[in-house]
Amino acid sequence: MSDIYYNAKENFTGVIEQLMGRYRVYAPVKEGCHHHGFAPIEKAEAADLGFNNTRLSPKGLFHPQAERMFEYSLAKDDPQAGIVKEAQKDFSPRVLLGVRPCDAKAFDLDDSNFNTETIKDPWWVRRRETTTMIGLACDSPCSTCFCTSMGSGPYDTAGLDVLLVDAGEGYAAEVLNEKGKNTLAVTSGWTPVTSAILPLTHKKKASEQSIGIAFDPAAIAKKQMLEIYNSPAWEEVQFACINCGACTFVCPTCWCFDIQDEVCGDKGERLRLWDSCMFPLFTLHGSGHNPRSNKTQRVRQRFMHKLKYYQDKYNSGPACVGCGRCVQACPVNIDIRQVGRQMASQGCSQPA
Amino acid sequence: MNNPYLPYPVRIDSAITETEDRNLKTFKLVFLNAQDEKKFAYTPGQFAILSVAGLGEIPIGIATSPTEQGFIKFTVNKVGKVTSHLHNMKAGEIMGVRGPMGNWYPWELLEGKNVVIIGGGFAFTTLRSSIVYMIDPKNRSRFGKIDVVYGARSAGLLLYKDELAEWEKRSDINMHITVDSSSDANWKYNVGFVPAVTKQKAPSAENAYAIICGPPIMIKFTLPVLTELGFPPERIISSLEMRMKCGIGICGRCNIGTEYVCRDGPVFTLEQLAGLPVEY
Repeated sequence: MSDIYYNAKENFTGVIEQLMGRYRVYAPVKEGCHHHGFAPIEKAEAADLGFNNTRLSPKGLFHPQAERMFEYSLAKDDPQAGIVKEAQKDFSPRVLLGVRPCDAKAFDLDDSNFNTETIKDPWWVRRRETTTMIGLACDSPCSTCFCTSMGSGPYDTAGLDVLLVDAGEGYAAEVLNEKGKNTLAVTSGWTPVTSAILPLTHKKKASEQSIGIAFDPAAIAKKQMLEIYNSPAWEEVQFACINCGACTFVCPTCWCFDIQDEVCGDKGERLRLWDSCMFPLFTLHGSGHNPRSNKTQRVRQRFMHKLKYYQDKYNSGPACVGCGRCVQACPVNIDIRQVGRQMASQGCSQPA
Repeated sequence: MNNPYLPYPVRIDSAITETEDRNLKTFKLVFLNAQDEKKFAYTPGQFAILSVAGLGEIPIGIATSPTEQGFIKFTVNKVGKVTSHLHNMKAGEIMGVRGPMGNWYPWELLEGKNVVIIGGGFAFTTLRSSIVYMIDPKNRSRFGKIDVVYGARSAGLLLYKDELAEWEKRSDINMHITVDSSSDANWKYNVGFVPAVTKQKAPSAENAYAIICGPPIMIKFTLPVLTELGFPPERIISSLEMRMKCGIGICGRCNIGTEYVCRDGPVFTLEQLAGLPVEY
């Protein structure tokens, strides 16, 4: 059973200030005139909760676009020269305020990559542990949203510690676990809501119903991997693609990275950098051989990974939360919903 | 928390040029901290990531066998930025190793079986590890007959020549060394491509597994020979190469369909590969 509390919007600047007293607070802030992005805030007023969604997903707060992994000395007279050492990082407690449910669900999916039983990415795991996720339910989904088709939804609580719902004059906060409870405890002005709030249940339903059905990932899961892989439809899908990689950079479940060394004088750093399966270098062997040398192979890899390989590998839903960012960001209007429908219908025209 | 990206520091103990084209060098590495060697417990068929501070990292098969203690060896082909730099490094210099990584050859299945090893060119490193492991006095009785077909373009391009000569003398391993061509009148061994020599020597498929590593063209023409000899796809084992960064199944680039070569491979049977996209 979860607990629900209510607080007036006029108290909310105070609530954020109280959070800032205990935590590093990251919230959506305006980026130029048309966009929002998650950033650490210095003033409570900088947080802008009146946004559709941020242009980039908040994945960069856990898996930075460029991260210093290690550092080392290359000085000839240094006895430690050439020995790679951990770089200092700030793992003090954080609050991520205003995460959309789709993005929070994405972190749960990303955990299957970064936090497994046998292999744990230490930086990802520590950031996850030290961050409280305060979500904000979605009441005005975009035309590109399709979270409900991907096993999520505008009021989904997956991956969240607290879910805020806009209740007009105030916010209702659903406390989902101990971490959320402890974080909310540093703020004041909340009153318990004893019975379920009926208007909010209606809002949830209305929001869910405003999102169209995109495609059925379960239908893709049922198909043979090679049947979809060998489909001639990929030639059509890839035709317009310019391999810019924008889809992978905005995607909350694209985690692929490169590791590179950078040297300045006699000091060096090992960096982890976002990478993309759209780039030919991603798979280029030292010998010159490249298993995904052409665009069709790379485009197919992205969709197959999200919608087929991931489902097969983890016996789960797809590695997509339906945030729709790739649909918005694609300069040539490739739409994952259309590709998903095509994948789901592969071979369907053939009689069984 | 253990950091899987942090290399163990190692010292280059020796760097030996293996081949006449000088493109292959074997690096013998010694761990700076003795406890790191214990943590690096490996099994033949696994690989590691070699790290050179300032240059980067590369995935390389482990050429030594766990029966050899106190050091690990890697034979490195000079192809790019890291490997070219590595080739210029000298004994005494410090670098790093992460691992061991990936799956090993299925030793539990190979127990009590005859083993046919087929290698070509410089893809002989984890096969050397396997041979040293199997012929170790503690292990030899666990396996049946051992046949090795190993070929290179010329005699000067064969790896581990001293050991090959030693193995030739042994009665508990059947060596079939071959070169594509030779004008040397004193050449004692076979002449011919690996598929042809495999066909000629015809190691029995009965109660046997084949492990095959080499250039794609060699594998392509040897597989039909193995099939002809009666090896079913589930008893033909190969090891794949891919561009890698993390080596632990996280960075996303080395997949073939659902399988990450670094974590789910690099060892696959022909049967497993038949169910995957041909994207390697």
